[in-house]
Amino acid sequence: MLLTIENLRKSYGTPDGSVQAVVDVPVFSLDTAQQMALCGTSGSGKTTFLNLIAGILKPDAGRIELDGCAISDASEAGRDRLRARTIGYIFQTFNLLQGYTCIENVLLGMSFGPGADRRRARGLLERVGLGQRLDHFPRQLSTGQQQRVAVARALANRPKLVLADEPTGNLDPASAAESLGLIHETCLENGAALLLVSHDREVLGQFDNVRDLAEINRAAACPSAGEARS
Amino acid sequence: MSLLQIVLRSLRQHLLSTGITAFSIALASGLLMSVWVVKDQARENFTGVDSGFDGVFGARGSKLQLVLNSIFHLEASPGNLSWEQYRLIAADRRIASAVPIAVGDNFRGYRLVGVTTNLFGIEYREGKKYAVRDGYLFNPERKQAVVGSFAAERLKWKVGDTFRPYHGLIFDENKQHPDEYVVSGIMEPSNTPADRVIWIPITGLQNMAGHDAETATDVSAVLVKLRGTSGMMMNQEINLQGNVMTFAWPIAQIMGQLFNKIAPVEMVLRAVALLVALVAAGSILASIYNSMNERRREIAILRALGARRSTIFSVVVLEASGIAALGAVAGFGVYFVIMSIAAWFIRKETGIVLNPLELQPVMAWAPLAMLGLGALAGLVPAAKAYRTDVAENLTPIS
Repeated sequence: MLLTIENLRKSYGTPDGSVQAVVDVPVFSLDTAQQMALCGTSGSGKTTFLNLIAGILKPDAGRIELDGCAISDASEAGRDRLRARTIGYIFQTFNLLQGYTCIENVLLGMSFGPGADRRRARGLLERVGLGQRLDHFPRQLSTGQQQRVAVARALANRPKLVLADEPTGNLDPASAAESLGLIHETCLENGAALLLVSHDREVLGQFDNVRDLAEINRAAACPSAGEARS
Repeated sequence: MSLLQIVLRSLRQHLLSTGITAFSIALASGLLMSVWVVKDQARENFTGVDSGFDGVFGARGSKLQLVLNSIFHLEASPGNLSWEQYRLIAADRRIASAVPIAVGDNFRGYRLVGVTTNLFGIEYREGKKYAVRDGYLFNPERKQAVVGSFAAERLKWKVGDTFRPYHGLIFDENKQHPDEYVVSGIMEPSNTPADRVIWIPITGLQNMAGHDAETATDVSAVLVKLRGTSGMMMNQEINLQGNVMTFAWPIAQIMGQLFNKIAPVEMVLRAVALLVALVAAGSILASIYNSMNERRREIAILRALGARRSTIFSVVVLEASGIAALGAVAGFGVYFVIMSIAAWFIRKETGIVLNPLELQPVMAWAPLAMLGLGALAGLVPAAKAYRTDVAENLTPIS
């Protein structure tokens, strides 16, 4: 099993001083190279869930084991290292660095992990159809093209797990379908598992394995919990 | 992509603020070096210039005024000595050589100094004697002048040109003498105050039309080289026990006293220069710190890609150091511009020549200090970057 989660809990303080659980996942797992979509409405704690898996957030309780490493028990530096080597992250807002060209953005995705490999960066950008746009800055690309750079960057460090948070949320339907297909294919080609969260039925319809976040996350079942972090 | 490349990208991305901040560092570094070099070289030159003489005899009065007047050709003469007094000085067995000078006239601000030709036999620096570059030495019996190189250049004079001097040490166009002098020679540059002087025969200056006939044989000062170590004894004899003349000796010590008197001013100047350096370092801090708000997302992205907090901290400190390094390098250009202007001005006013290209310790420690200050200034925004919350700044949480 690539990813196993047990009794994961994450809470935030609210303005009135109380503590609100956002993530409460008793058990969750994902197999190597498996592709799964999580259906979650806005405020269901899906970004927090992905951030916990990525080691960006530290859980209050529970255990996350990724590729044999207990990311939940690791120090912050250890989580950073694991993220850099094992995880690729695709964001809804792409999160490309505007001062970097396409190829530099992809190279940056490798810099904190195995090290920059210009040939691979070029190959990935060619794979996503941007072979002619290597030295373009994000502002010189369409949103669909920017998303493709984000996909290439997420795969740059040969991750074992790609996390995608509403990756098509900012795209028109045609670009979204194209982009999603690309994410599917490239993850398969690179042997990476894919965990995607979305509330878009069109997107979810393209996955064989779709699970409702509300079933996994007990905190999402309580409406007030989700609203607290929306 | 290495840390250095990330830093360079960041500097490129914030090119305008990088340029402006680096420029302020350059100004500070250049100013710091200039203040130190001008001060050190001015002291070294003023205390090192003795024009080849050990001491100066003059009328009873200030030793400093006497030295400034007769060696640096700056001040007014404190008074005159008679020709007889000059002869007694010259005849003293403790005196190796004596050169009388007379002052009191100028041409467009450049001082005329009446002198005997034995000035040109004196070594003003080891192995160096005043020499005529073009033309020939003046004939003591004629109205001829040998012009210092700087004065000749500024007045655009060449051998054969004629001029009529003006009375007094300060140029007043209504006080022109009728006497006409011919430029017989232009001197080799000596990089001493002599370069600013128009040298004429001492009898010419003494007997210039309009001068007081009763003082026609007086001299303004007598420059002397001593035999052996008789300076102390003469100082005792002339200054402490006598009341007729002043013996300014040793020249370097007298000039050193001048610099000691203005030491507080130098300290203030240095303090101001250091303050400017601190302000410039503050500009790095302000520039990067202010950009931190707009860069929180960028930092969060880098963290999400696996960059550690310490990496982000290092990037910001290196960025601040990079700006300081750019400024420190450009500071040499600023230094050269400031020093060129300062050296030109000081040479014009005093004849003292400063050398901007002469290596000084400040040229090493000032840029290094700016680099250190820049790195220190980077610590504050780096701490802010270090604390950036990734999840909060990455994307809207759902």
